[in-house]
Amino acid sequence: MYKFRVLLIDDEEELVSALVERLSYRDIDSEFALTGPEGIDKMRQSVFDVVVLDLKLPGMDGTEVLSRIKKEHPDIPVLMITGHGSVANGQEEIPAQAFDFLSKPINLEDLIKKMQEAIDSG
Amino acid sequence: MVREDKPAPAPAPSPEVARLRVPRYRRLRRNSVLVTSLVALFPLLILTVFNYLQDQEAYKAESRFAVSRVLSNTKRTLEFVIEERRSALSLIINERPCEDLCSDEDLKNILKNLTHSFGGFIDLGLVDSEGIQEFYAGPYDLKGVNYKNQDWFHEVILRGSYVSDVFLGYRDIPHFVIALKNEREDGSIFILRATIDMELVNREIYSLDMDRETDAFIINHKGVLQTASLIYGNVLDTVNFDVPAHFRGREVVEERGGGINWAMFGYVYINNSQFILVTIKRQMTPFKHWLSRRSDVVWFLGVSITLVLLLIFYFTTNLVKQLRDADLKRAKAFHNVEYTNKMATIGRMAAGVAHEINNPLAIINEKAGLLKDLATFTEDFPKKEKTAKLVDSILNSVERCSKVTRRLLGFARRMDVPQELIDMKNLLEEVVSFQTTEVATRNIAINYDISEDLPTIESDRGQLQQVFLNIINNAIAAVPDGGHIDISIVRPSDNIFDVIIKDNGAGISKENLEHIFEPFFSTKGEFGTGLGLSITHDIVERLGGKIAVKSEFGKGTVFTITIPQKRVEIGG
Repeated sequence: MYKFRVLLIDDEEELVSALVERLSYRDIDSEFALTGPEGIDKMRQSVFDVVVLDLKLPGMDGTEVLSRIKKEHPDIPVLMITGHGSVANGQEEIPAQAFDFLSKPINLEDLIKKMQEAIDSG
Repeated sequence: MVREDKPAPAPAPSPEVARLRVPRYRRLRRNSVLVTSLVALFPLLILTVFNYLQDQEAYKAESRFAVSRVLSNTKRTLEFVIEERRSALSLIINERPCEDLCSDEDLKNILKNLTHSFGGFIDLGLVDSEGIQEFYAGPYDLKGVNYKNQDWFHEVILRGSYVSDVFLGYRDIPHFVIALKNEREDGSIFILRATIDMELVNREIYSLDMDRETDAFIINHKGVLQTASLIYGNVLDTVNFDVPAHFRGREVVEERGGGINWAMFGYVYINNSQFILVTIKRQMTPFKHWLSRRSDVVWFLGVSITLVLLLIFYFTTNLVKQLRDADLKRAKAFHNVEYTNKMATIGRMAAGVAHEINNPLAIINEKAGLLKDLATFTEDFPKKEKTAKLVDSILNSVERCSKVTRRLLGFARRMDVPQELIDMKNLLEEVVSFQTTEVATRNIAINYDISEDLPTIESDRGQLQQVFLNIINNAIAAVPDGGHIDISIVRPSDNIFDVIIKDNGAGISKENLEHIFEPFFSTKGEFGTGLGLSITHDIVERLGGKIAVKSEFGKGTVFTITIPQKRVEIGG
């Protein structure tokens, strides 16, 4: 019995595949997509409670993906992750549509906590 | 080592900055004043010299003319005086029969008439061919005196008439003799001899009413004074210059240096006598003379030169000061831009590094996490405990790495955001963290005394970073190995933060302390720009704060940076 379902969109397969496995140990069902369009596609095919989206993606940028997701699924909360140590580095703004952000490397406990918060807020 | 600014590891200052040091401006000012003064005063001085030379010439011409006039006038008068008396005597000796002269009584009458008509006659005598004075009229008892051995006697026998030079003779007063020869009916000769008081000639010379610089006197052909001279002494003294040559009876005026001051020397031979009239116009040195005669020019020159020099000095000083200020401003701006660029570069590099490192770090993190999960959630995982420990060690290292990247980014972020909320403790720790290696290797203790619940302040983060980086770098440079730096924040009032950075370094001498915030003041010799603390000072003021320093030589230094909680915009 899974607590919730999460879609991870990140181009680092090594990262997301490990993350999917780790989440499953914690009773969280997850899938991953390596590009924005793939993620949007997956969201059309099945239902997710929350999305974790990398800000930097090849091809379609994280910000762009976010606005597309929000257009189609305004109710699904999106958490952004960034490779930068801090999101407030002045180079990339976190779009207002995102629920919150986390910086890499991600602390798994923090991620789960944030995801739960995001789902609860909806 | 005395602490000083060092905004970033500073190499030797650029020639640009070295150029701005004070002696250079002092030299510039000195040279400018010198060159400008020369150029400005040159025409003035040339004109003055010209004026001086012209004046010299004019004065010489004047003097020459004056001397020449005295000579010609006096010559005429003297010749007339002598000739008049000679003619009178000639008339007497030629018109009167010899018998009329051959008694003392007759001579007395004639002398009386001559004195009455012409003046200047002292006595009158009739001398026979043997030189014996047969008859005599005058104040002395000279009848029977023998003149045979006297020069004038021989001269008159030879020439028929003779005007002697001056002598004292039996009378002991300066006089000269006019003697004329005639023949008696029996063919024997007789001589009429008159003595003329030299006073007569003196009177003529004194009547010239000359200025103090002019001396006129008469000498004979041997250079013996016939009248008293201001310069050469009394009658019958000998002058110490060579008797000038006869020049066709005309006056000669020439310049002479000699023993006396610059002089115009003139002379003329008096016809039919032994006399040479000499006139000397003495003068002060030409320069003194010029000073006295052209006091207006001298005065004008003095005032002009003073005025010109003052103006030049004033304007040049001003100009050089402005130049220096402008250079200073430029150098500071340049320095600031350099710093900002440096920080921006660090920012970009940090962002790149953080991104490049954070991604693999995230993978390591997740893979290690997964490994830990496997060990935790798999029942019969081999060496479960050891694996968990190893993974924890990996995760700890990952955490340490990510802290570094976070700090890098935190430091370098947003150089262009002028106002933000700043946690001062965080900012100070961040600044110090950039010197971690040096602090660790030199065993320097950094002690913080900062309250945890300190409110944030609103200011320019980048600028504050620069300020503290500068001060803390200086402190680190100043303390000995094993020294300590105490950083504390006190709040004298709610709106004011005093950041106190205290070190136990070498301290700053009193003389240096006075200049520490002045631009280009550096104790690092050629290795400092001398700009760091000056710029720090400017930044703090711009942020509405102030900076103060106390130091005791050999004991340490305390910098107190006062910052308002909310930035107050002040100029610049």
